[in-house]
Amino acid sequence: MTISPPAWDGPAIVVDGVHKRFGDVHALRGIDLVVERGTVLGLLGPNGAGKTTVVKVLTTLLPPDAGRALVEGRDVVRSPEAVREVVGLAGQSAAIQDELTGRENLEILGRLYHLGRRQARRRAQELLERFDLGDAADRPAKTYSGGMQRRLDLAASLVAEPPVLFLDEPTTGLDPRSRIGMWAVIRELVAGGTTLLLTTQYLDEADELADEIVVVDHGLVIAAGTAEALKTRVGGDVLELTVKDAGRLAEAASALAGIGDGAPGVDEDTGRIHVPVGGRGSQAVVGAVRALDAAGIETDGLGVRRPSLDDVFLALTGHAAEAEPDGGRGRRRRHRREGPERGAAAARSGDGETP
Amino acid sequence: MTAAAGRPLPAPLTIAPRPLGIRLRHGVSDALALTWRDLLVWSRVPMFLVFSVVQPVMFVLLFRYVFGGAIKVSGGYVDYLMPGIIAQSAAFASFGTAISLAREMQRGVIDRFRSMPMARSAVLVGRLIADTLRMILTVLVVMLVGYAVGFRFRNGWAPALGMVVLAVVFGLAVCTVSAAVGLALRDEESVGSFGLIWLFPLTFVSAAFVPIASMPGWLQAFAVNQPVTIVIEEMRSLALGGPLALHAWQSAAWLGGMVAVFVPLAVRAYRRPG
Repeated sequence: MTISPPAWDGPAIVVDGVHKRFGDVHALRGIDLVVERGTVLGLLGPNGAGKTTVVKVLTTLLPPDAGRALVEGRDVVRSPEAVREVVGLAGQSAAIQDELTGRENLEILGRLYHLGRRQARRRAQELLERFDLGDAADRPAKTYSGGMQRRLDLAASLVAEPPVLFLDEPTTGLDPRSRIGMWAVIRELVAGGTTLLLTTQYLDEADELADEIVVVDHGLVIAAGTAEALKTRVGGDVLELTVKDAGRLAEAASALAGIGDGAPGVDEDTGRIHVPVGGRGSQAVVGAVRALDAAGIETDGLGVRRPSLDDVFLALTGHAAEAEPDGGRGRRRRHRREGPERGAAAARSGDGETP
Repeated sequence: MTAAAGRPLPAPLTIAPRPLGIRLRHGVSDALALTWRDLLVWSRVPMFLVFSVVQPVMFVLLFRYVFGGAIKVSGGYVDYLMPGIIAQSAAFASFGTAISLAREMQRGVIDRFRSMPMARSAVLVGRLIADTLRMILTVLVVMLVGYAVGFRFRNGWAPALGMVVLAVVFGLAVCTVSAAVGLALRDEESVGSFGLIWLFPLTFVSAAFVPIASMPGWLQAFAVNQPVTIVIEEMRSLALGGPLALHAWQSAAWLGGMVAVFVPLAVRAYRRPG
């Protein structure tokens, strides 16, 4: 049924100088990316950085204003239909019809991929088993947990076994356990040779899954490299504590001056202090407790944590990630009134993909 | 620009589009797959179908027994009323079209479909087929209730069948308008309100429920010439006997015009990047 595709030995994904505007919002300002076949690229950035827009350009949902994008050698502007034959898109459960069972959902998608009735049925069964949905296969999808719905959505994007898969924030909104389950599923998938482009707001997720991480901010690539390389630039772990008496913040900061790799950062609003400590977390905790105790300063929740997206941004750009904590409905509604294109983009992405 | 690759950017593959025959076959099978999906969903939420039938039945009973007594027409009100109610039921069935398309746009379902190698027309066509089936169900139930409350076809079975077909074609034409609006607005709630705003005046300021002669003169000018009246007059002639020719070609022109204008608009709204 499929016409055998011409050979392509270049990278699975090439994005070259892509620009995209929504009205006066310059969502992508010259993005370059290369994803080699069989590897995982993590596209990391805050809400509105342009991650979802990149995915939309690569899955032919949005034409780029300038630049070129190829998926398996197929140009998204010149041969969009050929691109659609080689990509799968999943993320926020959009393909799932709640009233239908997991099996029915997958079978109908199989038909939409022109598999033929019997093959669609077989493929659905395979995917249900593979994604641990066998027991729930004949229950309506609305009875599924969040994690199960995401797995079903992911299964839905794999019906046609696409060589290139896009996962748009596959774990946003999931509880920690489902997130780890989802990671396991994704890792297994990648082991099978699928090329994956994954967008995420979480450094640990990119760290966990990606061979290479590209950090985007305001529509531009601001850093690229392995997780290790990025973390080296960030400077490793962070000691964080809250000072009970906000009046003594400055005093606390100076007491902690010697214990880390750099000057302590002070957040006046929350009364929090964070100190980069590299790999010497426990040593730093002991040092910090001693120093504060000696100064007679009381603290709350002193601890060491892995670097977060905020730390990456702070290290790379000198400013914090400008994510709005509310990526939800309020934003979407507001955007919709500002202009049809922008509003629609924000509405689809579900994370207000407009700065 | 080759900085990203660190090597020259390879030339893209040139890929011939699929042959027309395959595209047509896929277009049909994609649309039917989506129709099937809608029918399955309705079978799981039967209340949706029940409510979409109960509402026009309620109109039949209200007008037959509450308002009917006060409306004087020659030949009995129930016979006058039923073609109008049937046309209105068919038109109101299009609420569902607009709302479900807007919801699917809003939820990203349609974006997902657009990333798949399926026919661009399938979402629209599949939805229209499903809604037409739902509309036929509604029209049949309304007719049955009509029979129970005294309505009779007075012009033989072939014109009666013609009336049902005209009602369904009319409903389908209204569905194309609703589909275009639903796909363009992409917001379930505004689409619902918009449906009320345009369909209520159009169906009530018509010959559906009262003789147009009972309206003030300035309103008559609108009521006489608007498409709902024209279609209903034709349906009445088919059901009860009367002149067919004038309203027939006017109906055909209006319905053809609606489809010709709003199908391309709906397709454009569907294609518009979101």
